[in-house]
Amino acid sequence: MLMLSDLDDLYQQVILDHGRKPRNFRDLPGATGRAEGFNPLCGDRVTVYIQRDDGHIADAAFTGKGCAICTASASMMTQVVRGKSVEEARQLFDGFHHMITDAASTVQEAEALGKLAVFAGVKKYPVRVKCATLPWHTLKAAIDHQDQPVSTE
Amino acid sequence: MDLLMATTTQTTRPTPTPALDVYRVREDFPILTVRVHGRPLVYLDNAATSQKPRQVIEAIDHYYRDANSNIHRGLHALSEQATSQYEAARDKVRRFLNADSGNQIIFTRGTTESINLVAQSYARPRLRSGDEVLITHMEHHSNIVPWQIVCEQTGAELRVAPIDERGDLLTDEFERLLTERTKVVSVSHVSNALGTINPVKKLVRLAHQAGAVVLIDGAQAVPHVPVDVRELEADFYAFSSHKLYGPTGVGVLYGRAALLEAMPPYQGGGDMIKSVTFEKTTYNELPYKFEAGTPNIAGGIGLGAAIDYVGRIGLDRIAAWENELLEYGTQALAAVPGLRLIGTAQNKAAVLSFVLDCAHPHDIGTILDRQGIAIRTGHHCAQPVMDRFDVPATARASFAMYNTKEEIDLLVRGIEKVKEVFA
Repeated sequence: MLMLSDLDDLYQQVILDHGRKPRNFRDLPGATGRAEGFNPLCGDRVTVYIQRDDGHIADAAFTGKGCAICTASASMMTQVVRGKSVEEARQLFDGFHHMITDAASTVQEAEALGKLAVFAGVKKYPVRVKCATLPWHTLKAAIDHQDQPVSTE
Repeated sequence: MDLLMATTTQTTRPTPTPALDVYRVREDFPILTVRVHGRPLVYLDNAATSQKPRQVIEAIDHYYRDANSNIHRGLHALSEQATSQYEAARDKVRRFLNADSGNQIIFTRGTTESINLVAQSYARPRLRSGDEVLITHMEHHSNIVPWQIVCEQTGAELRVAPIDERGDLLTDEFERLLTERTKVVSVSHVSNALGTINPVKKLVRLAHQAGAVVLIDGAQAVPHVPVDVRELEADFYAFSSHKLYGPTGVGVLYGRAALLEAMPPYQGGGDMIKSVTFEKTTYNELPYKFEAGTPNIAGGIGLGAAIDYVGRIGLDRIAAWENELLEYGTQALAAVPGLRLIGTAQNKAAVLSFVLDCAHPHDIGTILDRQGIAIRTGHHCAQPVMDRFDVPATARASFAMYNTKEEIDLLVRGIEKVKEVFA
């Protein structure tokens, strides 16, 4: 029998919840930044909208269709960056990326990311890393006003 | 024996073919004993690639141990042996397809290369602006992109015959799209994403009536249905070894002799020449004209061993068993609430593509993987098919001769577990 604990690292309750009921899953009329992310090989697709207010991200939202990891990642990302400065958002991007892709990343580094630490387990599922990072790369593109759609494949 | 009795017995009581003994067959496949995440491997990704019986593994091993040498040019004993084994494999392929001559059997790297060969060597010199190439909506990327490339190179146009919501080709539309401008038709024999078996004999006839040449992509067909290229009247037929219980890196292009004779070479190099000077080079005869460089010798021999193995088991018995699995699996999956089968054609190979309303195919795949179950998730190199059914991806279980009903039961239990996680 499959022990759910085997998948605990990936499908934690929080992630499942965000995957099922994503927060900030909406359009953002009047968005000052917008970017598209698409992983064609796996089918994850996300559009990230941000409302920039001076140097701060006043609002962030996303739409799209994707797997539970991608959706949950986008949901938590928009929660976490709202109200942060653009610089803080960039740091969160670096921290998240490091936590998920760097074999040497530590538990302390993960915990410093607050609720994003739930994604630390994705490291053990290399094929799914790109699902988790797609929304973040798309956010970065929205901040940088990149025109070309982003992909993490 | 009394002759009358003999004929009477033959016509009134045919001996039934004994059914495939799947447990006996499984013993021939070493990898089936492997454990994945601590569980027994349940390998249901055969449309991606098949596992190999030890007879094929041993043939390749023996070749490298006893006979390895470059072929066709050496005078020494090993070279003769290697050449003989390689050419014997070519003849096995010839008989497997019921082709007339070994000159019509070209070894390539696989179905994809075979199709590219035809696109570049047959189609490119002939297509003009305004000409058309006709494919279908269910094609694998390998039977789409080579034609897109050659159409761009020549100014020809790519036309696509539609499929219905069951995954069947709309043959009336296919016929309507055949015009005097259609020069090449390329269709899959069996769809890898949907499992649909196309009425290729009929499609070939229609295409010929319109004056077009037909290539059949047989990658998914040859492990599951008997193929007689002469009966099908195919102009070109392509398949890969690795889906037919053979090694990767080798495949076949069959072509009509007259067509192949008239085609310029695909790649230049050693072996495909008769003589070379800087002033003029003459090309070798068929099939060598299309086999430049040292080929995948061990691969070809491995493919021959795979064909022998399939022949010993019997393709009709394999097909019968797989049909049983398909029926059993279809019923089992159709009974899962929230599961939708994608690809429900009347005539199908043992492929079950599906989506679940509560979970994305990726998540299905990851959770099944943790239970030792290997399926494929994604677009299966058939993005147009995914778009047609308005899904980002599907989960696909595909069966081979060594799969069992117990494995299908485990698949269903695994899907129930996915539903539990995402409930």
